[in-house]
Amino acid sequence: MGVSLKVERLTYAYPNGRQALFGVDLTVEPGERVAVLGPNGAGKTTLVLHLNGVLGGGAGRIEVAGLPVTKANLTEIRRRVGVVFQDPDDQLFMPTVAQDVAFGPANFGVRGSDLDERVRAALEAVGMAEHADRSPLHLSGGQRRRVALATVLACDPEILVLDEPSANLEPVARRELAEVLLGLNRTMLMVTHDLPYAAQLCPRSVLIDDGVVVADRPTRDILGDADLLAAHRLELPYGFQLP
Amino acid sequence: MGAGHAHLLYRPGDSPVHRLPPQVKVLAALTAVICVVATPRTEFWAFGGYLAVLLAVWAVARVPVRWFAVRALIELPFALLALGMLVFGGTHGALAGWNILAKGTLGLLVSLTLAATTTPADLIVGLQRLRVPAMLTTVATLMLRYLAVIAAEARRMRVARIARGHNPRFLWQAGATARGIGALFVRSYERGERVHLAMVSRGFTGTMPDPDAGAVAGWTWIRGLVPTAAAAGILAVALWA
Repeated sequence: MGVSLKVERLTYAYPNGRQALFGVDLTVEPGERVAVLGPNGAGKTTLVLHLNGVLGGGAGRIEVAGLPVTKANLTEIRRRVGVVFQDPDDQLFMPTVAQDVAFGPANFGVRGSDLDERVRAALEAVGMAEHADRSPLHLSGGQRRRVALATVLACDPEILVLDEPSANLEPVARRELAEVLLGLNRTMLMVTHDLPYAAQLCPRSVLIDDGVVVADRPTRDILGDADLLAAHRLELPYGFQLP
Repeated sequence: MGAGHAHLLYRPGDSPVHRLPPQVKVLAALTAVICVVATPRTEFWAFGGYLAVLLAVWAVARVPVRWFAVRALIELPFALLALGMLVFGGTHGALAGWNILAKGTLGLLVSLTLAATTTPADLIVGLQRLRVPAMLTTVATLMLRYLAVIAAEARRMRVARIARGHNPRFLWQAGATARGIGALFVRSYERGERVHLAMVSRGFTGTMPDPDAGAVAGWTWIRGLVPTAAAAGILAVALWA
């Protein structure tokens, strides 16, 4: 079986001329959980939006499970790359949880009882099955985050891409989400500022700054390297000790 | 169950009217309103007939008259205007006032009947199935969801202003509120872009999927359009007379 994600020499400049990526290389094997670390403005989100072809037009090459990200493949690429955005309110827009979870797979042509089964399984996987008919408006922050995850799981992606999954979560919701993510057994790329979360969930980390990969090592190594972290405006929270 | 303020106009129930497919109800309501509007204003009995049809529909839907009476109060300003014409307008004005009052009230009651028996989400599905352009139904879906999000955002911004001593009582103090509305507009616009990105990432290509779409049995259409047929009958008699 080939690699899940392959990014080669990816560069990108925004239309206003600001160069965001200067040649990113990244390979993710099936089943790996990789954290993408880096300060604000390092190019993390720009990278994420390239993985499913929302942004493009720069140089370089991206493949998802062997399929290159090109205009002709966009539908299949978006099914293979499941992006969970930072603010669940941006992601959840349908009147009920179940309708929102069905939105993705229905766009990819799943219908009828298969669709119902996808919705049920995805909500079950995140522990939200009993909230299927509620409005996202009436859910807590942690519940919305888990439903946002389910909306992407229902598409059965090859690789799950999470943008700041722990942002704005209370400690219990943060831990519950971690337990859900660890139980999924999926290939994962997790963009985060939350270094302890990276340590808990991702054996490997990639540190991006100024549009290039500056370190690609086991998470423990990177988080243990105080000089490296300091050089890229990252630091462990007060009192945190690597386990 | 719907989003936000669904319960304001929608009255949950399991009557035959509630169970009708939304596209049937939308079409029935629209045609009924057309019948009302097309009725000559001097055929007073016809308007009573329409009201009787509505009362019958409410009975089948098991929604009390009171429910509609309270919500119809929104019409009061227009009703007062029409009433003024009725009283002070001479023969011609009285007829014009009656025309506005009768047709406006009946139109409102038909809309309220549709809203009481159909969730906002289903209404949009109904429009979609009636081939209303996807752009309009998508915008309506998003409005349904984000109105509440934006209202919550506006509330938080207001609280934050008040917390810093802002206490607008006079018109010339409204500057901060106006700037707040401006900021809210920019934020909503940016949110719109993020929502679109998230939709595109899940394979959105411009039309909302409608997984439950299926042909509605002819019998269901006939059943749903019985009140409209009654209204059309009344109209036919009124025009012929």
